[in-house]
Amino acid sequence: MCTVCGCGTSSIEGKPEHSHDHPHDHAHDQAHAHDHDHHDHDHPHDHHHHDHGHHHDHDHDHDHAHDHDHDHGHRHDYGAGLAGVHVPGLSQERIVRIERDILSKNNDHARENRVRFEQSGVFVLNFVSSPGSGKTQLLVRTISDLKDRFQISVIEGDQQTSNDAERIRATGVAALQINTGKGCHLDAQMVSHALSELPVAPSSLLFIENVGNLVCPAAFDLGEAHKVVVLSVTEGEDKPLKYPEMFAASDLMLLNKSDLLPHVEFDVGRCLANALKVNPDLQTLVVSARTGDGMAAFYAWIEARAARLASRNARAAAAK
Amino acid sequence: MHEMALTESIVELIEEESRKQGFSRVRVVRLEIGALSHVEPEAIRFCFEAVAHGGIVAGARLDILRTPGEGWCLDCAKTVAVEERFGPCPECGGYHVQVTGGEDMRVQELEVD
Repeated sequence: MCTVCGCGTSSIEGKPEHSHDHPHDHAHDQAHAHDHDHHDHDHPHDHHHHDHGHHHDHDHDHDHAHDHDHDHGHRHDYGAGLAGVHVPGLSQERIVRIERDILSKNNDHARENRVRFEQSGVFVLNFVSSPGSGKTQLLVRTISDLKDRFQISVIEGDQQTSNDAERIRATGVAALQINTGKGCHLDAQMVSHALSELPVAPSSLLFIENVGNLVCPAAFDLGEAHKVVVLSVTEGEDKPLKYPEMFAASDLMLLNKSDLLPHVEFDVGRCLANALKVNPDLQTLVVSARTGDGMAAFYAWIEARAARLASRNARAAAAK
Repeated sequence: MHEMALTESIVELIEEESRKQGFSRVRVVRLEIGALSHVEPEAIRFCFEAVAHGGIVAGARLDILRTPGEGWCLDCAKTVAVEERFGPCPECGGYHVQVTGGEDMRVQELEVD
């Protein structure tokens, strides 16, 4: 588990003291207060329906500068209190039903981002991987090869340093570094704030390089069109099984560093089979960002989807 | 994973409700954390005390209801228990299992003053 990750210290490049104080009042109708004489927690769940529209509301905010003043002198009072016994009328205690998904707030921000991206025709990819898979090098090559055809901007997420943003800027495109501090992932609000600093042209590409981490970024929707998971052949071919959430959340897997295949023991077929086991819909491409081998397929993938977004917007504009 | 951030979300969500519903102290927080969800309950407990410190949730008891993982096995055509996401069907051993329950992470209810 990642107990070091607190998101109170994220900063956006050029704005070190960034206080995210946005009151978001999300109206919802499930919350209602009611007094019970008694209540039980026997919630019958009927799981025999086949409506698999699971909706994960991702709620996350990161503006707490909390202190870690643990008070170890407190009592662990698990037995006494209200859990079992309610005596009506004796106190003002009441039960407040909330029923809200813990991640709903992040999802609200992600939805806003997504609407904004789609309406302005910005095709957004969220690159996720473990550290060292070659994400930045892959982006640098992709940008160099595509920048004549697309306007491109980049948001870089790392715990510290702006090294990656500098590498991206060396290609000539705009890049903004978000430092998450102790945080282990980017969230939708960080991206939303980054957009106020980074000029993203309409009908362009936006690449978001998430914090190198195969666990946490899976849960946080940023509003991207697709998550692209980058795995390199210097890692184990069982990574998709070890970190299934990430491969399940992604639409495309790039198996990078294929130029090293002659030197490592790595079974490409088995790796792809493992990835498909956790996500039968995952598309996979084998590439080398260093030599450029296989990258043409990735560019075709991007162009096809960016074109689809553009034509959808053109149709919508024509309909108006 | 990212339990600190999620715990902050929980506390923030409760503070938001306190403004809406007018309570000033929370005695018990009941969470539902599915066995197949993204978080470890013990990690949430670990973070909760630190995050709750000094706020209206400070000192509240955390009750965590663990809902079991459930899935629909396409081959067996029935609902089966799912131990881990993307794990095999416990009955036929196949991997054609769609998760149908145990993924939720919710703040269910509070006991408040």
